[in-house]
Amino acid sequence: MATFGNLSDRLAETFKNLRTKGKLSPADVDATVREIRRALLDADVALEVVKDFTGKVRERALGDEVNKALNPAQQVVQIVNEELVAILGGEARRIQFAKKPPTVIMLAGLQGAGKTTLAGKLAKWLAKDNHTPLLVAADLQRPNAVNQLQVVAGQAGVAVFAPEPGNGTGNPVKVAKDSIKFAIDKQYDVVIVDTAGRLGVDADMMKQASDIRKAVDPDEVLFVIDAMIGQDAVATAKAFQDGVDFTGVVLTKLDGDARGGAALSVASVTGRPIIFASTGESLDDFEPFYPDRMASRILDLGDILTLIEQAQSAFDEGEAMKMAEKFATDTFTLEDFLSQMQQLRGAGSIKKMMGMLPGMGGMKQQLENFDEREIVRTEAIIQSMTKAERQNSKLLNGSRRVRIAKGSGMTVTDVNQLVQRFEQAAKMMKTVAKGGMPNIPGMGPVPGAHGGRKQVAKKKGSKSGNPAKRAAEDAARAAGIKPDAAPVTAGGSGFGLGLGKGKSAPGAPSEEELASLQKFLGR
Amino acid sequence: MAERTPWSLSGALRGMFTKPTIDANTWEDLEDALLKADFGPDVTDSVVSDLRAKVDRFKTTDPKDLQRMLRETMEERLSRLDTTLHLSERPAVVLVVGVNGVGKTTTIGKFAKFLATYGRTVVIGAADTFRAAAVEQVATWAERAGAAIVRPQHEGQDPASVAFQTIEFAKLHGTEIVVIDTAGRLQTKGGLMDELGKIRRVIEKQAPVAEVLLVLDATTGQNGLAQAEAFIQHAGVTGLVLTKLDGSAKAGFVLAVQEKTGIPIKLIGQGEGINDLTGFTPHVFAQNLVG
Repeated sequence: MATFGNLSDRLAETFKNLRTKGKLSPADVDATVREIRRALLDADVALEVVKDFTGKVRERALGDEVNKALNPAQQVVQIVNEELVAILGGEARRIQFAKKPPTVIMLAGLQGAGKTTLAGKLAKWLAKDNHTPLLVAADLQRPNAVNQLQVVAGQAGVAVFAPEPGNGTGNPVKVAKDSIKFAIDKQYDVVIVDTAGRLGVDADMMKQASDIRKAVDPDEVLFVIDAMIGQDAVATAKAFQDGVDFTGVVLTKLDGDARGGAALSVASVTGRPIIFASTGESLDDFEPFYPDRMASRILDLGDILTLIEQAQSAFDEGEAMKMAEKFATDTFTLEDFLSQMQQLRGAGSIKKMMGMLPGMGGMKQQLENFDEREIVRTEAIIQSMTKAERQNSKLLNGSRRVRIAKGSGMTVTDVNQLVQRFEQAAKMMKTVAKGGMPNIPGMGPVPGAHGGRKQVAKKKGSKSGNPAKRAAEDAARAAGIKPDAAPVTAGGSGFGLGLGKGKSAPGAPSEEELASLQKFLGR
Repeated sequence: MAERTPWSLSGALRGMFTKPTIDANTWEDLEDALLKADFGPDVTDSVVSDLRAKVDRFKTTDPKDLQRMLRETMEERLSRLDTTLHLSERPAVVLVVGVNGVGKTTTIGKFAKFLATYGRTVVIGAADTFRAAAVEQVATWAERAGAAIVRPQHEGQDPASVAFQTIEFAKLHGTEIVVIDTAGRLQTKGGLMDELGKIRRVIEKQAPVAEVLLVLDATTGQNGLAQAEAFIQHAGVTGLVLTKLDGSAKAGFVLAVQEKTGIPIKLIGQGEGINDLTGFTPHVFAQNLVG
């Protein structure tokens, strides 16, 4: 799910009312600002940040800097987007390495924020970039934290410095200090110091953290914070800023459905950039944080860049070409259907991918109902067929279908539905491969995914009197007529919603993939 | 431990209750204070309008009355549900669930000690076979609390089988209470949530589950409600445990959780020491909250 999915929904609802109006009156602005305020509060953005934010949006919405080329809704979206990006830190910042190794990175945060796991992820990520990281076990408080770090280091395949057994004994400041010497001796070029979790109000522990900071003189101090945190984010962030003066923030547990307002709160209150996002339990679920993408996500523009990257890494180029040829020559079989589905699953959670598509916020309900295990069931059905049946679905008569249903533990109706879906898909793919626009039964177009025309119509209403917008729509339509079979490599950053064509042009992740999504949803 | 800011809304509310009369600012301050305590916009609106109506009805202008009413409202809302733990079966099986990093393992250590002080024998099932060193962590706590522990026989063992063996152990040794630790899981992970259902079913083959405790972190915001709903659906939660109340977070979201789900708060954790776990008493909680 998109992290800010719920926030996106709220804003989308608000802007729906705005879109129907011709111009922006002070009353409109007030109503919108109230909705934004509520949405942000629901998303756990800290109250003071909300007040500040809505104040700015209001001021600008009412102010003179009105762009005549945009309609009122687009204006507000643009303002909100710009303000969000401004708070989240504009452009992505990366870790700053020391001129003379070792680079020292210290981790600090509340209990249970995910520091130890993050230490492992960071180390693995650095090791992949040909660094030689050393993990330092300076959490001597929590039972077996040292042990956990050793295990994590083992998984990441990096070295660990753990002279003390932990569990309340030993001096973390000394461990941290010794680790630097150790790293210089053994030529590790990055030192990652894992510290104990501590509360912002715990003066003793904050003093200890500050002592560790003094002892190791880190190049980066990363404040690790759970995306689920509520209003307390501000108090905690301030306490840690006073205590250890962190240089960057890491947001963890972004794979949950927390709205993640903490990202806004912390960035806004401390002015420190969010550098990394942690998105799962495996040591590879770790990525640099992209403020512009995140802002787009908040605005329900979807995280298209991430989506495309994910799809690209999972879809084999050659495989895609073969598939396209199959569509065109009408030799698309149930086996291909299955392998396609499995490939798609390789791209990560389908729900997660769909959540990244723009406009999907509005389809939340359908997404919720969509059961990922559906794919497993489909797999079971197809695997219960004989080879001949898989290659020629026309073979499937009544008795064969009964046998398949029994073999896969499903009902005949399920088998029928699957065959029907497959045949529809095959037909649709053929049309696409020949360069036409598919007409998808059942669900209507995925906004922002298929050709521009439908999407624009859904998003904004096509009867615009605004010449600039009409032009944008036309451009989008032109772009949409020839859908690209392979995924498009899109450069650049987040998309402003104000740009209708910006959304559709780089949009289209490969058609096959989207059609498959359609199929899954269509059920 | 060092000097700590008191865990209470009172700091935020102090100014407003010492003013001579209730005015427009009072309401705004009250709303802000509630929002800052993570009550969320919905509960905040309902509390504020509720209090406004009461103030109108009693025609009072004294902020002291308002303070009293706020405390009473909170207490009334919090004490609607029964907060006692039901551990009468033998063995009484307690399953502890929650998202990652909320303090499940620490809570189990403290809970075992809590039960031991009442003279109960306890065995802990280390069914968090996923996270690195989780078994060792809970073992350390078991030792401190004087509880027995059943460990997985090999790494990555199915948690349900660890739970099964723990109950076997309890039956064999006549242990009164079984506490099962589970791996932290985000409520959005369907597969992992199903695993909880399985653990529960496997336990029920041997003995009824007495309590399923959902551990919630006090610093959590409005996502707490989503967590509670998902865990109730998959694991049949019977009680909430609120941890990390020794921080600066006020955990106002639990009011919404309790009201929307009908699941009572049963225990609260207020520190890393083994004795920092207590039963939940609504009036003390309300008193601390409002001051």
